[in-house]
Amino acid sequence: MEFFRQTWVIAAKDLRAELRTKEAVNASLAFALVILVLFSFAFDPLEEQTREMSGGLLWIVFAFAGTLVLNRSFAREVPNDCLDALIAAPISGAALFMGKALANFVLVISVELVSLPVFGIFYNVHWTTQIWSLLLVLALGTWGLTVIGTIFSALTVNIRLRELMAPLLVYPMLIPVLMSAMQLTMQLIAGKSLGGENQVWLRLMVAFDVIFTALSLVLLETVLVG
Amino acid sequence: MREKLIYGLGAIAAVLLARNLYSIFMQLPDEASQGMIYRIIFFHVPAAITAMLCASVTCITSIVYLVTKNLKYDAISVAVTEVGLAFLAANLVTGSIWGRIIWGIWWTWDARLTSALVCWLLYAGYLMLRRAIEEPTARARISAVFNIFAFVDVPIVIFSIKWWRTQHPQPVFWGGGTIDPAMRLTALLNLAALMLLAVVLSLIRLRQEEVQREIDSLRRYAHAV
Repeated sequence: MEFFRQTWVIAAKDLRAELRTKEAVNASLAFALVILVLFSFAFDPLEEQTREMSGGLLWIVFAFAGTLVLNRSFAREVPNDCLDALIAAPISGAALFMGKALANFVLVISVELVSLPVFGIFYNVHWTTQIWSLLLVLALGTWGLTVIGTIFSALTVNIRLRELMAPLLVYPMLIPVLMSAMQLTMQLIAGKSLGGENQVWLRLMVAFDVIFTALSLVLLETVLVG
Repeated sequence: MREKLIYGLGAIAAVLLARNLYSIFMQLPDEASQGMIYRIIFFHVPAAITAMLCASVTCITSIVYLVTKNLKYDAISVAVTEVGLAFLAANLVTGSIWGRIIWGIWWTWDARLTSALVCWLLYAGYLMLRRAIEEPTARARISAVFNIFAFVDVPIVIFSIKWWRTQHPQPVFWGGGTIDPAMRLTALLNLAALMLLAVVLSLIRLRQEEVQREIDSLRRYAHAV
């Protein structure tokens, strides 16, 4: 019970801090829109082609915009020695990680939920036909993105060239979950279901989420304290 | 003692490799459907197995480092990772050459090839991460955690040909395929040769790492004085 309360305190603190400044969310949202516009210059697709590449396009936007939020997760605790205070606070590393991850999840998925309709309008894609399955894929994929982003934000918080190293390490690590999310999103928009051939992607995504969440919960304290 | 071990194992690996090369190019016939390019499999598959084994070893030594905080295990992790990365690169390159002849293309984005490439990128990232951290214990700790994360990709590489319908061929040596006993023997012996080579290279690399650490501590001592 104590764990959930601590998690909630951390998550609420992060969300409150973000809602007061709206720095990361605004930047992330603006960046997502910029990429969506940029893509329309890069390709001039027919409707059929758009549907085929929709999954890849959307998740690249989500991954890029998401890491803007995620990379700052621990880095913004460094000024004023907030990170030391968090480490010294009587909460477990697991609760600290979970709280941060939950807050990040809320922020990233809200950016995604705003950019999804924009994508539908710009590229004339009907994404609402299987909305519940799509939301499931969105939630699972975003959780994977958030977990990796949060733990790597902690991992790289004190290293030289943080802004360069973090994306270099995060994106290859994300490939399994991004690939699954891209495939499933594409199939759902094309009108196929999550069953049959697509089940292997869904399983990979769930396994990815479970394994990395467990590893992060165990290892966060090691990362920050040693 | 370790010097003798390095030379001894190196000599055995050299003899084995010479025997295998003679067997591969002089004794074994061309394969029925692929012709002579099939010979690349004697390096492609053992290199992959050696690389995956290296990854498993570094995952274990990384965990042991986090438990014991003994920098020796960090040195083993980096030595074995570097060697494994070289073997994985050999695997990717030989696979690509084979693909050019048999498929007509250097590369295709199927699950096996993609996951192996991602694996290579992850362990290359591990080596780059190490260079970005100055302080030895922080470097050891953070890179050990990263190594454990990177290892999650290894089972995906191994099982990708079971989980997806891939263009990459199904296994012929272990896991259902049939093969001529003479070819199997050569493949096994070459696996042994490449593994010995990996051990020798890791030991050499490990010594470099130890010497490096000694130089660092001497330098710190000199600064302190």
